[in-house]
Amino acid sequence: MTAATRGYRRSTGSAIALWSARFGWRHVVMIVVAAFALFPVLFVVSAAVNPVGTLSSARLWPTGAGFDNAADLFRNTPFTTWYANSLFFAVANAAATVFLSALAAYAFSRMRFRGRRVGMVGLLIIQMFPQFLAIVAIYLMFSTVGEYRPEVGFDTRWGLLLVYLGGALSINTWLMKGFFDTVPRELDESAQIDGATHAQVFFRIMLPLVTPVLAIVGLLVFISTINEFLMASVFLRDTDAKTLGLGLYQLVESQRNANFGMFSVGAIMLSLPTLIVFWFLQRYITEGLTAGAVKG
Amino acid sequence: MSSRNSAGAPGPGAPARTSPPGGGLAGSGSLWGQVAKIALLGLFTALGVWAALPLYVGGNWAGIAVVAAVLVLVYWVYLSKRTVPLKYLLPGVLFLIAFQILPVLYTMSTSVTNFSDGHRGDKEQAIAAIEAYSVTRAEQGREFGLTVATTGDPETGELVFLLTDSDGTAYAGDIEGLRPLDDATVDPASGRVTEAFGYTVLTPAQVNARSQELEEFAVPVGDGAGIRANSLSTAYEGRATRVYDAGCDCVTDTSTGVVYTADDERGAFYSEDGERLAQGWRVNVGFDNFARFLFNPTFASSFFTILVWNIGFAVAVTGLVFVVGLAIALTLHVPRLRGKKAYRILVVLPYAMSSLAMYLLWRDMFNTDFGLFNQLLGTNVDWLGDAWTARFAVILANVWLGYPYMFLVATGALQAIPRELTQAARIDGAGAWQAFRHVTLPMLMVAMTPILIATFAFNFNNFNAVWLITKGGPFPPDDPSAGATDLLITYTYRMAFSQATAEYGYAAALSVMIFVIVSVMSVISLSRGKALQEVDR
Repeated sequence: MTAATRGYRRSTGSAIALWSARFGWRHVVMIVVAAFALFPVLFVVSAAVNPVGTLSSARLWPTGAGFDNAADLFRNTPFTTWYANSLFFAVANAAATVFLSALAAYAFSRMRFRGRRVGMVGLLIIQMFPQFLAIVAIYLMFSTVGEYRPEVGFDTRWGLLLVYLGGALSINTWLMKGFFDTVPRELDESAQIDGATHAQVFFRIMLPLVTPVLAIVGLLVFISTINEFLMASVFLRDTDAKTLGLGLYQLVESQRNANFGMFSVGAIMLSLPTLIVFWFLQRYITEGLTAGAVKG
Repeated sequence: MSSRNSAGAPGPGAPARTSPPGGGLAGSGSLWGQVAKIALLGLFTALGVWAALPLYVGGNWAGIAVVAAVLVLVYWVYLSKRTVPLKYLLPGVLFLIAFQILPVLYTMSTSVTNFSDGHRGDKEQAIAAIEAYSVTRAEQGREFGLTVATTGDPETGELVFLLTDSDGTAYAGDIEGLRPLDDATVDPASGRVTEAFGYTVLTPAQVNARSQELEEFAVPVGDGAGIRANSLSTAYEGRATRVYDAGCDCVTDTSTGVVYTADDERGAFYSEDGERLAQGWRVNVGFDNFARFLFNPTFASSFFTILVWNIGFAVAVTGLVFVVGLAIALTLHVPRLRGKKAYRILVVLPYAMSSLAMYLLWRDMFNTDFGLFNQLLGTNVDWLGDAWTARFAVILANVWLGYPYMFLVATGALQAIPRELTQAARIDGAGAWQAFRHVTLPMLMVAMTPILIATFAFNFNNFNAVWLITKGGPFPPDDPSAGATDLLITYTYRMAFSQATAEYGYAAALSVMIFVIVSVMSVISLSRGKALQEVDR
């Protein structure tokens, strides 16, 4: 900024000097930052198409192109099963969390009842004890559950999903409640005068108006679930039950150098859903991320 | 979902408040709402029955009572008209209680016990295990064909021996004793049971996974005798050499004559010269677990070293991502910059990649022999093998993954600050830096402080960030339990799941301490912030 002012005064005649003072340095900075942001991504893409498929032969810039690593990944590992597991957890948890959280946020935002304040503060306090700190207890709990109902025990999708849903009401509920508060009360009051039930107000009036916050919470939960490692590693031990993240971990754990090409393909595949979701929700992202913040 | 008047206006001329048939069920709402509600309640009842059935078979009445209580609660909430807020809160709250609050309470109660690999069950189980473990073959002991099975899940269900004696008669034996087995399929070639109603036969791999348990398992057949596995397919009857005597509350080894006396404080049998039997039981040890981390010289030194690094790590990452993210946001915060959109997409890219995979990628880029950094720099540095370069690596990877979020948030916050304010400051003679420092930054911080606190709290317990890159290492040669990049959470995880012996009691105590530390920090930051005011809006 200082440079910009000085340049402004001195170079009244020169448009180029003005441009470089005002914009030039910004381009230089951004190119450096973009290079920093990009090089690991470039490296993983280069390694994914690297025909040799080892870590030692991978270069920053691709030296050749082939689909051998992808073919190996499909042939040698239960890749599609892992991928389906990952997507199941991410989609199911995101959808259920958004729904459960929106229900609670509606009650906190629109209704006044005994225990409301305790409930909201309690939600904040329980956040300080993240679920994964209780992983030992959850592990012991589910060894018992699995004895009665193996369908929801270890190595099953439903068991781990249930545990994830334990965290459905969280700081996200606060974020949503803040957004619900911005919808004018007159809207739902007039609807209720017209005879709408509270359920109709919720589904027909509130939900459509708070789509941005639903989208952003869904996105955040999707991302954190697909990258969740700790709980999944304790719950899913059977090869076919693993998520793609666990599978990739196991892949490079055993053969760090040789399996790197396969790992890179998997890493790109694991990022793909996030990239797609990001692309479609980008107009909500800044709005949603800052919604809670700007209101302070 | 009830209360209020009917929405679908029951037709012209219909009286406003006649209650339709169906009592409490038909409060109001549209027909579809009612149908959906009845269907969901039906589904939930079916789920309850599904959950209760195996509890009934297993005779677990307490479990059934819990299931029934939850069912009654759900019916009451959704059929009463006075519970409107609860109708919205209950689904999430049920999950919260079952899978977060109860485990947290259980963790707290575990933290004051000596629960660990050598202290799993109660005293009776420990005695049974000691006796079973010491069973040695009797001279005329019977031999059996053995099939290992369980009564439930192959990995966690109770072990059962499906046995066949020399006549071909089948038995089932568990911790309670031996009983005849009627409807079993016996393979004529091997003479072993291949299938039996109500039992899950384990595959050799599954048996192997539970070999340690098998070592300590014997089917008691009375008189200090028991049946023990000899291999995967045979079992023998033998006699315990270590026998418990309730009179002296001690275990006597009949072959050596050593007497081990029960110590109910420590939860194990000790001989006179302090030798301990491996199988102990769970006892309450009060605050010993906490005391160990705070006062025992070795553990306290690792605990506080880790705590200091843990705070340093969270501060460094939060500070760096904030500075980098804000700097980029400021650089792009200018009208008519060409390529702004492209820059934005490029710098946000790390945030859109899978962080789990990217941590593993960074780990491999730092690899000594094959990694990208040594390749590009032409060096041969063992990045993750030295304490400070490993710490640098972990922080760098996290800055790469974390700054795009700060950039997005800072951009949003900057856009919310009216440009006129900075312009006015500039006209009044403030330099660019002064205008930023005294006008933009204070307004920015109002919006950013909660985000910074949240980022700090997140990184304080960022398990993946450390575990996937260094696993907490490098470790000093004399102490493989606490590494240079260990966070409290990775230290805890290793103690419970990734060590030769699982130390659940210590791990739970550490969890509680992390909870206390985070609580204290949150209370301080919350009392200075305004977050709680939002409750009253």
